[in-house]
Amino acid sequence: MMRRLLIAVPYGWLLLLFLVPFLIVLKISLSDIALSIPPYTPTLDLSEGWAGIRDFFSALDFENFTFLTTDDLYWKAYLSSLQIALISTLLTLLVGFPIAYGMARAPVEWRPALMMLVILPFWTSFLIRVYAWIGILSNEGFLNQFLMWIGLVDEPLTILNTNIAVYVGIVYTYLPFMILPVYATLEKMDESLLEAAEDLGCTRNQAFWFVTVPLSRPGVIAGCFLVFIPALGEFVIPSLLGGSQTLMIGKVLWEEFFSNRDWPVASAVAIILLLILIVPIVLFQRNQQKQAEANS
Amino acid sequence: MKRLSAFNVVSLTLGFAFLYIPMLILVIYSFNESRLVTVWAGFSTKWYGELFRNEAMIDAAWVTLQVAFFSSTIATVLGTMAAYVLVRQGRFMGRTLFSGMIYAPLVMPEVITGLSLLLLFIAIGLDRGIVTIVLAHTTFAMCYVSVVVSSRLVSFDQSLEEAALDLGATPFEAFRLVTLPIIAPAVISGWLLAFTLSLDDLVIASFTAGPSATTLPIKIFSSVRLGVSPEINALSTIIIGIVTVGVISASLISKRAITKRIREEQAAV
Repeated sequence: MMRRLLIAVPYGWLLLLFLVPFLIVLKISLSDIALSIPPYTPTLDLSEGWAGIRDFFSALDFENFTFLTTDDLYWKAYLSSLQIALISTLLTLLVGFPIAYGMARAPVEWRPALMMLVILPFWTSFLIRVYAWIGILSNEGFLNQFLMWIGLVDEPLTILNTNIAVYVGIVYTYLPFMILPVYATLEKMDESLLEAAEDLGCTRNQAFWFVTVPLSRPGVIAGCFLVFIPALGEFVIPSLLGGSQTLMIGKVLWEEFFSNRDWPVASAVAIILLLILIVPIVLFQRNQQKQAEANS
Repeated sequence: MKRLSAFNVVSLTLGFAFLYIPMLILVIYSFNESRLVTVWAGFSTKWYGELFRNEAMIDAAWVTLQVAFFSSTIATVLGTMAAYVLVRQGRFMGRTLFSGMIYAPLVMPEVITGLSLLLLFIAIGLDRGIVTIVLAHTTFAMCYVSVVVSSRLVSFDQSLEEAALDLGATPFEAFRLVTLPIIAPAVISGWLLAFTLSLDDLVIASFTAGPSATTLPIKIFSSVRLGVSPEINALSTIIIGIVTVGVISASLISKRAITKRIREEQAAV
């Protein structure tokens, strides 16, 4: 009895507030837009019995999905989201790896403090960390003031409201997600392997590329997925730092819903986004499982 | 012995400069006299005054705190239950679906979670307001709590619970007297994580909030869209201050607890 209750409460909560809403999105993505409340059709009418259910199902179709493939905007937005997420993941790796590497080689007694310094920004509001960059990247912002002061440029560079600002924002906000898993694998690495490599005639540089880098692979892969997956559906960063030409699917979904009030199309956009996400998520799960097995 | 090369020192310095300079600038310019956020015109605390006189902002802060408190508390109870079920209850019907529903929200884009919950609330005719935001936040936060708590449950010795049951404790007593004290640190960090996630959330709250309830992130977002403002800098400074003090003291407390435990264990031997 106790056991059943223990299972039923969280189970029921998730069924009602996770699975059912998802099925509703699926259903609305197959519906048509209508000038009514709620603004879509058909709605299920059980009072007519079987006939009502049959009418309901026969009114559902894939029209919205066909529409998504015919309008340039949507597939461009998907491609551009993939591109932005991919480039910023690589940039995050480029910035994060040296930091994680430095942390792993720092004296043991410094490490807890360094860890804390990496985690602290993660607890600070995401929105505020994105906001901080508006003042830095704008035309009269600190970066341009600095560049003009040292004489590198004569007139301010336009960075805010471009894709570059979006890259900066994603790298900045997701950096801890890259540093932590990479640091975790580098920290566990057996130092004597490097000594062995050097004894066998490797230079320190070669030892780094042939020993350290391959051994850090599981952490690098985990970090990349932890950045790539949320970056793909990102909304806040492109809408605050990006410009009108920055196309990301999270932003498109938001505008489709709030500005155009086209719920069926917004739902179809959501379903396609999920389908695209399934591949990286499954790959990520596999990587995590392999790592867990290797550890045990 | 580790060797910290010049390259390591440079990358650590630049890396932490990159992480902290933007926030430092934000804090410094919250004390700026001028309305222009990028031009320094002398020290002033007037934007803090303006912030505290901004009633809409104070109302939003109050709503946010209420939502965060209720959602994180319910999420902690549900998430701990879910973790216990997943780690300790073995097989039951629909277990795969259950664990799928625990992990899926962690990787679900916020726009989709928000959209789907809003469509549910409209379908069942629930008026949007504080209650709907609490329901939404509880749902995704319970998954985070469950992940944090299950990692602790996996790592501790199950025979302790079995011993309690053998000695005549009911399953509930065994949970309350043995399991709960051991997993308490994880439950507390789960609560803190849920609380912070709720405080921070813009996207899901924007979908599920109604005209009657606006949270702080929604307020900040709409004001930031119109451009930078020193008032937002002041608010950011307050939030950064609270978080810094909170995280540092939490880690000091847990460090002291660990040292104390090690000392006690050594004394016992």
